[in-house]
Amino acid sequence: MPEVIAYLPLILKGMLLTVEVALLSLIISVFLGMLGAVAKLSNSRIAGGLAGLYTTIIRGIPDLVLMTILFFGGQILVNNIGEKMGWEYIDVSPFMAGVLTIGFIFGAYMTESFRGGILAVSHGEIEAGYAFGMNPVQVFVRITLPAMVRHALPSFGNNWLVLTKTTALISVIGLQDMVYNAGLAGGSTRKPFTFFCVVAFLFLIITGVSDFGLRRINKRYSVGVRKA
Amino acid sequence: MTAPVEALKVESLYKNFGPIAVLKGISFEANEQDVISILGSSGSGKSTLLRCINLLETPTSGKVYVHGELINMREMASGERRPVDRKQVERIRSKLAMVFQQFNLWAHMTVMQNVIEAPTHVLKLPRQEAKERAERLLNRVGMYEHRNYYPAHLSGGQMQRTAIARALAMEPEMLLFDEPTSALDPELVGEVLKVMRSLAEEGRTMLVVTHEMGFARDVSSRVIFLDEGLVVEDGSPDSVFDNPRSDRFRQFLTGTIK
Repeated sequence: MPEVIAYLPLILKGMLLTVEVALLSLIISVFLGMLGAVAKLSNSRIAGGLAGLYTTIIRGIPDLVLMTILFFGGQILVNNIGEKMGWEYIDVSPFMAGVLTIGFIFGAYMTESFRGGILAVSHGEIEAGYAFGMNPVQVFVRITLPAMVRHALPSFGNNWLVLTKTTALISVIGLQDMVYNAGLAGGSTRKPFTFFCVVAFLFLIITGVSDFGLRRINKRYSVGVRKA
Repeated sequence: MTAPVEALKVESLYKNFGPIAVLKGISFEANEQDVISILGSSGSGKSTLLRCINLLETPTSGKVYVHGELINMREMASGERRPVDRKQVERIRSKLAMVFQQFNLWAHMTVMQNVIEAPTHVLKLPRQEAKERAERLLNRVGMYEHRNYYPAHLSGGQMQRTAIARALAMEPEMLLFDEPTSALDPELVGEVLKVMRSLAEEGRTMLVVTHEMGFARDVSSRVIFLDEGLVVEDGSPDSVFDNPRSDRFRQFLTGTIK
């Protein structure tokens, strides 16, 4: 127990990083997901094709493989470009690579969640928006979006929980998140079991709080829905 | 008596859905304060006609004038026709309020929010003014007490009366009703028809696709009967109902008398 207390500040510092990575990736993934869903549902063949390629490739490659490719490959790419442009050496940090990769990966999953949510919105309600003279942006923001949240939320929540857990992978490329720090602590005290139990518990706290939050959001967006 | 003012003119309107021709050359005019009932058996194209007027469907060919203004359409490279100017379509739609068979109220908004939504966002009416207008209209259709309810908690008749208030809140030049009572329980039809009758009496221009023969006969100023995408009868209710020119309408009447 004394070792846990001794290493706890380090692990909590890592936990903060985990939460940061997760939230930043979430923002990127929601943005990409919304873009992807709208592209897939648009009449444009090019946009639909690009979004289809994105979701097919990303969902078909293991997260760890993608992350490694982006971290090492991205570093080389950035430096090659930098050399040509005459920039100074740019270091792709594990943090940046982690956030971008996870955001990029989960953008693909979000695309499918949001697409499903939008498809579930009653066509008549959307049509009513147009019939009253709304423009496409107004229809999307005022009608489609608030109506789709309820339908997309279960799958969105699922994605968020998996995303949070996926941050553990960034420790592989050297980000000092709580998993990485627990590994250090476990190694030096020779009590890996203890420290990974601590990490497991901390993950449960994050996901537990998330569950609570998601339920609140669900309630907020289910107003006007008759309970069966 | 002043000369009638043209509110709507439809000129040889055609609409195909793929290989199926739904409208095969429809022409008619409507003047201000006309209440026109559009009758026809299912599949005759009456809903499609209404939806071509506010461009929820793009006509395959033909012209639509709203208050003398032609809705510009052009042929795309694919052969499909599209409106030229989206803004023109939106402006015209904001003057033609539609009431749908399935109500199509926005489920995530209360009755009140449903009624102020389009006036505030499309007409850019100040919120307070839109709210006062909504309160007045909800009172009129008997929905004021339910203004904070969500559509899911209303009966069909209440939803349709809300939808009518939503349409009136646009202060439209013309009201388009697409089978407004067809999705209602029989005992709820009356409350909606009563509201519609009062609108007709105050001189609103209305185009009503309906199966309510009583409404067509007693309330409307004109009846149009469509069959297989063509206008078969067009005249005052008395002349059409008492002296139909076509066998098809006679058959239709016999079929609808219960």
